[in-house]
Amino acid sequence: MTVSAARALRDGMTCFVGIGLPSSAANLARATHAPSLVLIYESGTIGAKPGQLPLSIGDGMLAETADAVVSVPEIFNYWLQPGRIDVGFLGAAQIDKFGNINTTVIGGDYRSPKVRLPGAGGAPEIAASCREVIVVVRQSHRSFVERVDFVTSVGYGSGPGDRERLGLTGAGPKKIITDLGVLEPDPETLEFTMTGLYPGVSASAAKERTGWDLAIAPEPEIIAAPAPAELDALRRFQGTRARSHQ
Amino acid sequence: MAEIVSLAEAVERAIHDGDAVAMEGFTHLIPFAAGHEVIRQRRRDLTLIRMTPDLIYDQLIGAGCARKLIFSWGGNPGVGSLHRFRDAVEHSWPVPLEIEEHSHAGMANRYVAGAAGLPFAVLRGYNGTDLFRLETLDSGHGPAPAIEAPTIKPITCPFTGETLTAVSAIRPDVAVIHAQRADRSGNVQLWGITGVQKEAVLASARSVVTVEEIVDELDPRPGAVVLPGWTVSFVARTPGGAHPSYALGYSARDNDYYVAWDGIARERVTFIQWLDELFSPRGDGPPGDPPAVLPGGTHPPGPPSGETYPPRPPLGGDEPPESWWGRVT
Repeated sequence: MTVSAARALRDGMTCFVGIGLPSSAANLARATHAPSLVLIYESGTIGAKPGQLPLSIGDGMLAETADAVVSVPEIFNYWLQPGRIDVGFLGAAQIDKFGNINTTVIGGDYRSPKVRLPGAGGAPEIAASCREVIVVVRQSHRSFVERVDFVTSVGYGSGPGDRERLGLTGAGPKKIITDLGVLEPDPETLEFTMTGLYPGVSASAAKERTGWDLAIAPEPEIIAAPAPAELDALRRFQGTRARSHQ
Repeated sequence: MAEIVSLAEAVERAIHDGDAVAMEGFTHLIPFAAGHEVIRQRRRDLTLIRMTPDLIYDQLIGAGCARKLIFSWGGNPGVGSLHRFRDAVEHSWPVPLEIEEHSHAGMANRYVAGAAGLPFAVLRGYNGTDLFRLETLDSGHGPAPAIEAPTIKPITCPFTGETLTAVSAIRPDVAVIHAQRADRSGNVQLWGITGVQKEAVLASARSVVTVEEIVDELDPRPGAVVLPGWTVSFVARTPGGAHPSYALGYSARDNDYYVAWDGIARERVTFIQWLDELFSPRGDGPPGDPPAVLPGGTHPPGPPSGETYPPRPPLGGDEPPESWWGRVT
């Protein structure tokens, strides 16, 4: 998943990064094919160049290696809101076929949920304002649902025309990268379709682990397995992170 | 002009039961020591405001200090859930917790409006989300009735006619932050990731700033935020006051603490043991803190002379001991 997400980033892009898998992927891309990738963390560090994986979005390493460090109001108002950032990475607890994301509550109702999740963070505005969005999430019946319990961040709403109607300036989610492969929106219906599978993953396995009637592209791409250089770089990062934990 | 006092005195004088308190620090410079002092002084019915509630509010919520939480992301960064926060929301333990939630951009702008003396701020945000109307689906039973979020409203631009979003200003009674340094006049200097601390202090009626050190003169630092002493109520010298978060130039993040907290906070009984440690005379207790007997045989300081910490609360199981907050629900 991490390698797949890293491959989705092109050199020179500006990328809004959260901690966890997005941060690993963005740093992997920077260490391999995209050395000029500009990493922007919501803590206000612009152009951070960490030598190892940061422990949190506020890691001192990010501030010390950044081109600029700005306040939190500024990172959202001057940098994200006007659409200066090419790509935003998001995770999800639930995602639906139009790429709407829930990270707020699951089950019950809002005042007495079955599961209370962390909430919105920077995600709603990342989803609204980045030129495009990549979602990284494990594929399962529980996370890939017909309709999310709560719309924390908007994908394509209820279909074509919704983003324009809502005044969302970015183009929306272009890819969902999972542990089975990659989904992309159908050009007409905007419904997410499985367009790529990892070697050895069958279309039926992907359908089984999806809570809506998943469409599969006529000839889904078989995604290349991680190259040795990618794996080396990833292990190097993970090694430094493990050491920094001690 | 800021008064330079002990942390205990600053908390005593600035923070009262029922206050709206904003403890800020965006993963850096989190005012943990001040939060622990609030728990020790048994404040209750607080409205806690913070973009990222983090461990510091998990501790305050678990200790029963809060009636309401205003926030935008409530997790243990890089680790997982805030279990005390979830227990309060999902099971009202130890007391019910009202929540008011926003996105980061919304919260940041609410502080900006507060600092600017405006009733609201405008942003492009929230459109199409349920944060506007707090609606959820009760699976199989159709949409639950929508509750309108009282602090988020659509607003029409008077120049272009575009529909934007207004968020109401945050005006806390007290802001609490940790900074690297202050001088003897109480001018405060912080640098590195400075988050929303300046806005939080300027939006609040009172403020408490804990600092790593008090110096004769603040030499300039690149990118530093300086809060003039006359914008600050109390400065308290509190070295290590941001532990387990980090203070750039002074200390690193104690990641083991964040990981260990997951286990401590997961069960009420282990949390209560942690709380008991916090109340114990040596006054520390979190994992990673110095041992009771330091190398060389000296003991860490107890309460300042002439003061005593509140009596230790009883150890208990699932039932919250009544003495912490005076009521059991």
